[in-house]
Amino acid sequence: MSDTKKFVLGVFDDEDVLLKAVGKVRGAGVKIHEVYSPFPVHGLDEELGYKRSRLPIAAFMFGALGTTLALVMQIWMLGVDWPMIIGGKNHVALPDFVPVTFELTVLLASFGMVGTFLVSSDLKPWKDPKLMDIRITDDKHIMAIDLGTNKAMEAATINALLKDSGAVEVNDKDVDE
Amino acid sequence: MQVTSSVRKPLITGGKTVHDVTEDICKQVEAKPSKLWLMAFGISVVTLLIGLVAVVTTLWEGIGMWGLNKTVGWAWDITNFVWWVGIGHAGTLISAVLLLFRQKWRMAINRASEAMTIFAVICAAQFPILHMGRPWLGAYWALPLPNTFGSLWVNFNSPLLWDVFAISTYFSVSLVFWYLGLVPDFATIRDRAEGIRKKIYGALSLGWDGAAKTWSRYESVSLILAGLATPLVLSVHTIVSFDFATSVIPGWHTTIFPPYFVAGAIFSGFAMVLTLMLVTRAVFKLQDYITLEHIELMNIVIIVTGSIVGIAYITEFFIAWYSGVPAEQYAFYNRMQGPYWWAYWSMMTCNVISPQLFWFKKIRTSIAATFILSIIVNIGMWFERFVIIVTSLHRDFLPSSWAMFYPTVYDMGVYLFTFGLFFTCFFLFAKFFPVINMAEVKSIVKSSSEKTAA
Repeated sequence: MSDTKKFVLGVFDDEDVLLKAVGKVRGAGVKIHEVYSPFPVHGLDEELGYKRSRLPIAAFMFGALGTTLALVMQIWMLGVDWPMIIGGKNHVALPDFVPVTFELTVLLASFGMVGTFLVSSDLKPWKDPKLMDIRITDDKHIMAIDLGTNKAMEAATINALLKDSGAVEVNDKDVDE
Repeated sequence: MQVTSSVRKPLITGGKTVHDVTEDICKQVEAKPSKLWLMAFGISVVTLLIGLVAVVTTLWEGIGMWGLNKTVGWAWDITNFVWWVGIGHAGTLISAVLLLFRQKWRMAINRASEAMTIFAVICAAQFPILHMGRPWLGAYWALPLPNTFGSLWVNFNSPLLWDVFAISTYFSVSLVFWYLGLVPDFATIRDRAEGIRKKIYGALSLGWDGAAKTWSRYESVSLILAGLATPLVLSVHTIVSFDFATSVIPGWHTTIFPPYFVAGAIFSGFAMVLTLMLVTRAVFKLQDYITLEHIELMNIVIIVTGSIVGIAYITEFFIAWYSGVPAEQYAFYNRMQGPYWWAYWSMMTCNVISPQLFWFKKIRTSIAATFILSIIVNIGMWFERFVIIVTSLHRDFLPSSWAMFYPTVYDMGVYLFTFGLFFTCFFLFAKFFPVINMAEVKSIVKSSSEKTAA
């Protein structure tokens, strides 16, 4: 049996109104499911109470992995596996290893972080986005409120609250899980 | 909250709304290709095919088809390589460095210049690959792959190997950065499309739904990528300059090469961005997004980097004289007065004198003047590499081995091939991809339109 979730969608056409509305709606004790926007709205994540992304930590870890792998590779290849005298330098001429180490650090940090981002945000080519409203990739911001998680509130109260805080439209939406 | 300075001019003119941005940019992607586009694309493909003859001949017969000789062992191949890599510097500089500096004017031009970066690096890569003669064996010479000689590993002490890592890292990171920026815009096109187009753009958009949580992560990823790409972009041309600077050839053995090459790369990259953007802007009617303000700001970057390049040329001369080393002094005297004097003076005129014209506001805000000067700058930058490479080599340590370099039709053909490749890619991009970063531009629409109204 498919589960149907009922949502109330507040449609906003101005990012500053939206920011204030998020604060107001949350202040009234309503849990916001998610806000969808056509462009990044600065400060929205703080208004919604989202924690700072931990992706920078992932980037650092992958970068450190890159540094380690690059150094181990170069030292092992030219210092251990087949040592050769090149230009009268030491077998392990560390200053010469700096450029490749730097490049591999950047490479692994970037790819690792972007990969983590795609996985954590569940972005993949075969995914059906199931948009709440088709206009969110054009010019409208949508505040989605799940009625299931806000059982204490009447739908009508939430509707009025959204209208009151500047929503240009308030729509209902059923989403099949 | 948008915080904008009241002294700055609006970045988008014409009182555009957020919806107008979607319309104006998506229109180009959705419309049938125009006659003008078909013609331009056709010419690029023909150029590519003509050049391909030279590429195939080079691969079949060997690099003896080029005009190289024992004295001048590097000439057009590496000149073109360095030239294209240099052009490939502006995109990441605009999107990464200007993002870190919070320069919002980057938003209208970053997408196309990043695309240009990627295509320029692809063109650059053709030369080192082709000059290996048998590129199918090249993977063993350029990458640390296990092999049956022991394994005999690559030489990590060599700047040429550093280059392999620098260019390929630069290419892949720029590609990821560019693609990530495209994802939300692909979603916009997806939601306006039908049928097969919806499927294709749907797959490209990775199921993007614009959730605030995703945007928040996306912003943090962009910022870190910009932070990683900034030292990366500086490292690439630094390492390219090491190819020369770590050698003992007079004229190459110079400690100022890294900053001098990086400044030159930004200089030529911005010039190429201007050449392409002025055309794109006119053809796609994007005058409200890429305004005269943008053009003027880019011209200012050209004055700054052009002057750094000029100072570098003069410093080289001074140091050659001051060093008291006869070989070094001769190398520079030969540049000015030797058989390649014309290349030297073309370089000086195009790179040092012509950008100084941008000090006049009339010239730097004139579209025609900017277009002509942007092409002159890139001609100058090609000559710079030619002068550094060929004139330093052609008068060897032994006068008996002195020689001249004359390009053959195959040298020219391979260069032509990269032009065909570059423009074919660029025109395909301009037709099927959104040429302006819609999501970013939308975020500055409000502050711009309020100013226009006020």
